[in-house]
Amino acid sequence: MTDSSVLPEGWGMVIGLEVHCELATATKLFCRCANNFGDLPNANTCPTCLGLPGSLPVLNETAVELAMRLGRALNSEINRSVFSRKNYFYPDQPKDYQVTQYDLPTNLGGHLDLPSGLRIGITRAHIEEDTGKLNHVGGGGRIHDADHSLVDYNRSGVPLVEIVSEADMRSSEQAKDYASELRAILLATGVSDAKMEEGSMRVDANVSVHKLGEPWGTRCEIKNLNSLRSLGRAIDHEALRQVDLLDNGETVRQETRHWDEASGRTGTLRVKEDADDYRYFPEPDLVPLEPSAEDIARIDAALPKLPAARRGSLADAAGIAATEGGVVMAVERGLDDLALAAIGGGADAARVLTHIEHNLAVEGAESLSAEHFTALVAMETSGELTATQAKTVLAEMVTSGQAPADIAQAHGFEALDTGALEGIVDGVIAAHPDEWEQFRAGDDKARGKLTGFFMGKVMHASKGQADGKAATALLRTKAGIYG
Amino acid sequence: MTARAIAAAVRSGERSARSVVEEHLAAIDRREAELHAFNLVTGDEALTAADAIDAQVAAGEDPGPLAGVPIALKDNLCTTGIPTTCSSKILEGWRPPYDATVVERLSAAGAISVGKTNLDEFAMGSSTENSAFGPSKNPHDITKVPGGSSGGSAVAVAAGFAPLALGSDTGGSIRQPAALCGVVGVKPTYGRVSRYGLVAFASSLDQIGPFATTVADAAALYEVIAGYDERDSTSIPEALPTVLDRLDEGVSGLRVGLVTELCQAEGIAPDVATRVVAAAEALSAAGAKVEEVSVPAVIYGLSAYYLIAPAEASSNLARYDGVRYGLRVDAPTTGEMYDRTRTAGFGAEVERRIMLGTYALSAGYYDAYYGKAQKVRTLIIRDFEAAYERFDVLLSPTSPTTAFTLGAKADPLAMYLNDVCTIPSNLAGHPAMSVPFGVGADGLPVGIQVMANALDEVTMFRVAAALEGALA
Repeated sequence: MTDSSVLPEGWGMVIGLEVHCELATATKLFCRCANNFGDLPNANTCPTCLGLPGSLPVLNETAVELAMRLGRALNSEINRSVFSRKNYFYPDQPKDYQVTQYDLPTNLGGHLDLPSGLRIGITRAHIEEDTGKLNHVGGGGRIHDADHSLVDYNRSGVPLVEIVSEADMRSSEQAKDYASELRAILLATGVSDAKMEEGSMRVDANVSVHKLGEPWGTRCEIKNLNSLRSLGRAIDHEALRQVDLLDNGETVRQETRHWDEASGRTGTLRVKEDADDYRYFPEPDLVPLEPSAEDIARIDAALPKLPAARRGSLADAAGIAATEGGVVMAVERGLDDLALAAIGGGADAARVLTHIEHNLAVEGAESLSAEHFTALVAMETSGELTATQAKTVLAEMVTSGQAPADIAQAHGFEALDTGALEGIVDGVIAAHPDEWEQFRAGDDKARGKLTGFFMGKVMHASKGQADGKAATALLRTKAGIYG
Repeated sequence: MTARAIAAAVRSGERSARSVVEEHLAAIDRREAELHAFNLVTGDEALTAADAIDAQVAAGEDPGPLAGVPIALKDNLCTTGIPTTCSSKILEGWRPPYDATVVERLSAAGAISVGKTNLDEFAMGSSTENSAFGPSKNPHDITKVPGGSSGGSAVAVAAGFAPLALGSDTGGSIRQPAALCGVVGVKPTYGRVSRYGLVAFASSLDQIGPFATTVADAAALYEVIAGYDERDSTSIPEALPTVLDRLDEGVSGLRVGLVTELCQAEGIAPDVATRVVAAAEALSAAGAKVEEVSVPAVIYGLSAYYLIAPAEASSNLARYDGVRYGLRVDAPTTGEMYDRTRTAGFGAEVERRIMLGTYALSAGYYDAYYGKAQKVRTLIIRDFEAAYERFDVLLSPTSPTTAFTLGAKADPLAMYLNDVCTIPSNLAGHPAMSVPFGVGADGLPVGIQVMANALDEVTMFRVAAALEGALA
């Protein structure tokens, strides 16, 4: 079973993600320089993060703490770990090796549950240092055609965790869901600010395709994915490129590819002819990390409730599935406590989640008073306010913080009584005889379209005070449609 | 005058630090041209520092335990604003923006640096012949090498240019030149002295240590530079026991083991072996119980060392790439710039070790070379532990021979064999020192190596002091 919808019938794609996240520490991984984005180039540097001769690393304990916290949130096992050196020459890397965890990472194994219910395996989540940043100047501004390059070492030595997933995703949608859920966990745990646009969360995607029922194909790694949209587009583009190659009798080369957002294409960055030989060996300037059972217990005790559990609680309270849009949105926007309070206060769960899904994607929603929100839903349920009026009142509750009754009164809102509503509906029908005839005689599709037309007129005539549900029911009754 | 006598005189106001420094600068003037101990003599800075010490004394302040004592620093120790070359062309023009921890501690103790001493490039060698700036000469016979890699520091102390010097010891680079120049040289326990600011050769083996003309001076310098430093993650947090006040305790009742494998190693010259026997007899006469002991795994030390040290070096020396500091040979692409810069900047021995180390770490070879070498290291530690259950200290020659003639060991393997007795202590991380004990058949100095268990510098110094006393 697959939902790789962009691929031709019979093809499937396999995706694994490697996500690099900057840890939300005040200072870098191995020195006391500030871990700050956006400062003047090379303002936050010292002998250690510049890799000067004679400098030595001293491990930032907070970084380790945050990495372990993430590990526990991803259900990983925390292990004795050893930092290694990954040796390769590159101008953004001042020591020409990167200090990273290799065969003994802090976090091993684990899983992450997507809102859809799909469980994605976690291979590992290890700690490493970031590199500096190259700015290519002149020419085309790319590494291959620039006149010269400047290096900013502010990012050099910034602590990262690299979270490696199993190849458990089968569509770009699933990959986006995974990245989005991981981001929610990073934010909930305070491990990272996870800003994709600032590079504090960077996603690389490993993509391969295969004919369903056949073994997986050769994978390519796509780098430089700095938004969920890019991630989705790049995966779909790359999978299609591979299918085209195979359809034409060609083969897919294992390579690293670069995503170009502007052209919407991936291009070869470097070909992996042989496995890279990074000559890893244990970093002799650091000692092994040996977390105790007490350390792990302390981290577990301090873990906040994670998004999946929060979705579960809300779904239970609302009596619906955790995969419902309103539940997912409520947790994503941090409004699940509000929803739980309102439902607990007797508000209708369906209306609560409808408001959260459709009417509360606004700034300030998180500071909405649960008491007021509960009162609003109650007014709506009792018919004191129409759905449209409730929406208007809710918007004002967010900006003004006033109680819904006061806002409704100020607007002069009161639901039209049935007699007044019927008068308005009759007037609208009389004014549009042709449309009314089509409504009466038409099929479901035509009627659906015209319902919208008539409702617009009714709302206009009632200045938005008509209850849409009641008005629709009246229209159908008058047309002789029942059920 | 010993360092301790100088410090006492300066602290009491009996002598000015300026006069001390002037006297040593004059000594440097007389013989430096023929000996080449220094890459750089910092006379002006030394005189300025001396005046500051004198002002402190005049103001009634104590400048510290090494007040006014001139010291020579191996040129792989970072010194703010003063070129630090590692005797390599690749660091051309580089001035560190910071002081090594040991340099800071020396300043705080009142010591005065008189210059940066010559070494085998990046401390890779046993004769200083691998220096990009030419070899240093042995003050006892200028046709002979002073040993290495800290040859310049050994020469500086032996020639009276400074009563104290610092070196670094990765496989014997303090002890071997100390032996060949007839001075005291100490490699403390790995982690006793902070490596912060020591330009790395092989990080898991490197250790900074003192040179001096007497065991007490070496102990005084050791007490100043040793102790925990939060800037070095491998620094030992345990409190540092004092040494100076224990030197006179003697060796009565101590158990001394003569390491069979090192005393009978290939290439140990008979006149050197004779001096080791004499040292054992001297300790025995002073009340120690001396016996032979086998430490079987040490015979593999040299092989393990020449995989581990180059492996770490290949990574440590990657940063000299022309991008940020030191030498850069321009080229059309970054890759070619790396190639040309490193080819022009590194000497043959450094290139050889980078290639050896790169090979030892390569995929498919790691287990057979680096992995196996680390297992040998574990075996050596285990065998030493067994020996230290029965003995307080172990004894061996420091160097298989007395100082050899410049240019005599052009074959790298012949040169590597110089380190056969010193390497095991580096692999184990244990303290070891060389103390002069007479001369060989050629009249050149012989050094005896005293090895001790991890953290037991006190016993090691006591034994060295007893040997020194036996000669007096």
